[in-house]
Amino acid sequence: MYYFGKNMRKILYIIIESIIFFCGILSIIFVILIFGFLFKESFVFLKNYNIVKFLFGRFWYPTLETALFGILPFICGSVLVSVGACIIAVPIGIMTALFISEVASKNIRNILKSLIELMAAIPSIVIGFIGMATIVPIVKNVFSIPTGLTAFTGSLMLAFMAIPTIVTISEDAIHSVPWQYREGALALGATKWQMMKIVILKIAMPGIMGAIMLGIGRVVGETMAVIMITGNAAHIPTSIFDPVRTLTATIATEMGETVKGGIHYKSLFAIGFVLFIITFIVNFIADIFLKKNKNL
Amino acid sequence: MLKIKANNFNLYYNDFHVLKNINIDIEEKKITAIIGPSGCGKSSFLKSINRINDIVEYMRVNGEIIISGQNIYDKRVDVNSVRKNVGMVFQRPNLFPISIYENISFGLKINKIANNKSTIMAIVEESLSSVMLLHDVKDKLYKSALLLTLEQQQRLCIARVLAINPQIILFDEPCSSLDNVATKKIEELIMKLREKYTVVLVTHNMQQAARISNDTAVMICGRIIEFASTEQIFTCPSKKETESYVTGRFMI
Repeated sequence: MYYFGKNMRKILYIIIESIIFFCGILSIIFVILIFGFLFKESFVFLKNYNIVKFLFGRFWYPTLETALFGILPFICGSVLVSVGACIIAVPIGIMTALFISEVASKNIRNILKSLIELMAAIPSIVIGFIGMATIVPIVKNVFSIPTGLTAFTGSLMLAFMAIPTIVTISEDAIHSVPWQYREGALALGATKWQMMKIVILKIAMPGIMGAIMLGIGRVVGETMAVIMITGNAAHIPTSIFDPVRTLTATIATEMGETVKGGIHYKSLFAIGFVLFIITFIVNFIADIFLKKNKNL
Repeated sequence: MLKIKANNFNLYYNDFHVLKNINIDIEEKKITAIIGPSGCGKSSFLKSINRINDIVEYMRVNGEIIISGQNIYDKRVDVNSVRKNVGMVFQRPNLFPISIYENISFGLKINKIANNKSTIMAIVEESLSSVMLLHDVKDKLYKSALLLTLEQQQRLCIARVLAINPQIILFDEPCSSLDNVATKKIEELIMKLREKYTVVLVTHNMQQAARISNDTAVMICGRIIEFASTEQIFTCPSKKETESYVTGRFMI
């Protein structure tokens, strides 16, 4: 009887272990499959189309007789919108994180933290919709430009989406700065602001950089909101008040209209591949910074 | 000369009454030790002298602590200048993870003591040499301060305080993370500081208090039971609790 129980437990243990192993390996397999699929499709495309012309071509005419697949306008659009979003979101995000972690009282801190987490949960289509209904007309009137659907409007709304990520992760980094550093700085006569600026921000910097990178990752990959508010014009923007189209928006709007397996279809995969590389690099850098923070 | 005077000083964390009616007169250019069992409020009292306790949430005080004739809990007093004037060395070395040089120049910059490079460098070297560290670190001033040994780190913490030229230095069990040899060296340094500064030392090590202090206060359960010259406390204390504490028979 005792032996039976022992064996049963052993079998159960093996079953549970293999289920866990299977689940763990599954996500890795998915990532590899997605990467492989993207790579395969875009490789076929790049065999038929010069990579330099693809990355640096200024014109995107996929349906012409001699089709042109230059994605430089989209790269510019993505970069412009993302950089704009960062310029808005990074200072606000870091200040908010500092406020939550260092200045706010316990009650306000708890309220703010849950509100910001709630902000992260707003679906991007809702943000796009709100942007379209409110920010777009305001931008049009304030800057008196022909359309409110511009890169600037996109940046503004994307900043909204990046802020929760930046705040949450920088707040973690700031909060994990050991208490003794604060005490040490204040005991030397530092004001609270000097302590935050010179000691806390410096020590938490790797974590904050990681937070910014993850925020950028979120912004670069965002699709729905930018389709709705950036105007979708496939040309190289000359100012932030130009309509632009991003890499993601191109894939999303054109995928439905292509012939499956055709060169246009494959070119969209190639765009996806470029996007994948960009977000991979951004996340990789974020990871390096966040690890550095942990080693503190 | 009188330097620090506490008048009916009380301190609460929330509803917890930590310090009860503290009255003490600490004299200038002497080493005053505060001894007592753990949790009796020694550190809380020490941290009240430079108001670093202010950062604890739900902390409140009443009564006064007077330093050089000025009640530091007066509403008009600037907390930062109090802390500049009353330096503090903590239990564990709490250097910032930046270079040795920057650890010292931090205090100079925030207190606007020096701005140009050569003055800062002169003060850095002077304060390092007064803690007898200059010789060991002069080639690695721009290396991270965290690469030093614990004893050197604690010395650097003291140097950092000396650089901003306070009148009083508080030590909160400065040797508790050090071995015997390092402890002895730090004790020698503290004794040397007496010439220029008023030193208040919190320690759980009675031998340390006996070795280096001029006066000793015995604190039990948030009250100062007895305050007299160190010699008297350790040879013929007037209170029964003091005697049983310093002879090791005290039970809470």
